[in-house]
Amino acid sequence: MTDFLDTLTAAAPRLWEATLVTLQLSVGGAAVAFVVAVLLGLASLSGVALVRGTSRVVVEFFRGTSLVVQLFWLFFVLPQLGVDLPSMTTGILALGLNYGAYGSEVVRGSINAVPKGQWETTVALSMSPVTTMRRVIWPQAWALMLPGLNNLLIMLIKGSALAGFIFLQDLTFVTDQLRRTTDTFVAFGIGMVIYYLIALGASGVLRWLERRAQRRLGLAPPTRRERIRQNAETARLQGTGAVGAPAGGGAAGAPTGGGAP
Amino acid sequence: MIRFEDVVKKFGDTTVLEGLSFAVERGERVTLIGPSGSGKTTILRLLMTLEHLTDGFIYVDGDPLTHELRGGKRVERRPKDVTRIRRRIGMVFQQFNLFPNMTVIDNITEAPVHVLGQSREEARQRAHALLDQVGLKHRAGAHPMELSGGQQQRVAIARALAMDPEVLLLDEVTSALDPELVNDVLEVLREVARTTDITMLIVTHEMQFARDVSNRVLMFDHGHILEEAAPDVMFTSPEHERTRQFLQAIL
Repeated sequence: MTDFLDTLTAAAPRLWEATLVTLQLSVGGAAVAFVVAVLLGLASLSGVALVRGTSRVVVEFFRGTSLVVQLFWLFFVLPQLGVDLPSMTTGILALGLNYGAYGSEVVRGSINAVPKGQWETTVALSMSPVTTMRRVIWPQAWALMLPGLNNLLIMLIKGSALAGFIFLQDLTFVTDQLRRTTDTFVAFGIGMVIYYLIALGASGVLRWLERRAQRRLGLAPPTRRERIRQNAETARLQGTGAVGAPAGGGAAGAPTGGGAP
Repeated sequence: MIRFEDVVKKFGDTTVLEGLSFAVERGERVTLIGPSGSGKTTILRLLMTLEHLTDGFIYVDGDPLTHELRGGKRVERRPKDVTRIRRRIGMVFQQFNLFPNMTVIDNITEAPVHVLGQSREEARQRAHALLDQVGLKHRAGAHPMELSGGQQQRVAIARALAMDPEVLLLDEVTSALDPELVNDVLEVLREVARTTDITMLIVTHEMQFARDVSNRVLMFDHGHILEEAAPDVMFTSPEHERTRQFLQAIL
């Protein structure tokens, strides 16, 4: 047991560094993946056939080729073409493009799942396509896409383990080194626990976003704080309404007759 | 105000409207009745540009809506023109279709602010007046999900009116409501009919309502106008046996 603790203490700084690398890859990769997913997802719903087709081809390409090969391509082939990216950037880019392609299908599916009546109403109100998407469709699709994105985020975190192939000292790389100097069981055990904790945290954040999105659609009861804010808003609105009513109620002598609503 | 000219609408191989022509005068209230599948709702949806016109023309105040004749050929109008003309038309749907991600008041102010370019304050004041008119002033800050169907529909009416439409299309607006909620909604619409000169096209099964508000009733069957008459005449002594059967079945 002391042995174990000693090894752990000795390895702690390196494990911490490795965890940071994995976190950096995950957060960076997720950010790129999200942007790619939204762009490709929206493009796949475009009215312009060329845009739709391009999105289709890009998605199929990044879904259909292996992440490792994409990683190698960015790392070994791009420099030959004169583009030399740091390992971390390469890793983030590869993860972002690959998982972004999967994510675009989640985005597309969620947007398509917003009831047809909502789209028709925006037509009846003559809303522009941008207003329609930004104000009406996206907020509803957002609540629908979060569970799917949550899944992909966890897969992306675990997929970041491939970064060892391009010499990034990430969590998998370091636990594997640790295995050689210590005990297989301990080393991989620690690796597992850290990955699990990262995934747990990430998934917690997305679950929180999901519940928030659902509350905004009235699908989940509001939190206490939101309820208080809502009541204040209602009171304020009714106050505004009263301003429109006869303004001759200044019998109380308050000097604020023309006060802002 | 509205003129259909040789309008054809097909869904795949099914022809819903075949060479339909009719006109509605400004300020007129016209009720469309007929068995389901007779094309009534399709007419409203074509006017709202929710369906693509297979052939023929629709004119709004003399202006062609989706297609026009240019050099003797029937061509589609530019989206910009369609939008400009469509802006004069509003619609209330059977399923209310309130935006669930917005409060009641935001549902009403959204289009006036983002489409008509009204200021938030201006749009809010108008929305309050409209909410008052439909009897829901106290629910301005509520979420659509917290409202009953009848209340949601009344908000939807206020939302359509906030755009100041010249033409209002009502597509079976009480069909999805519990019976005891129907009257509140119809009362609001009667009031709108009484106090404005908005042209209305109404698809409904509420014959008393049709009688109260409309100047003219069109009986549809298989995409054709079988007969048309003032409501009193239509509901008491229709010309066609088919109309009589239909009215008997729903009254």
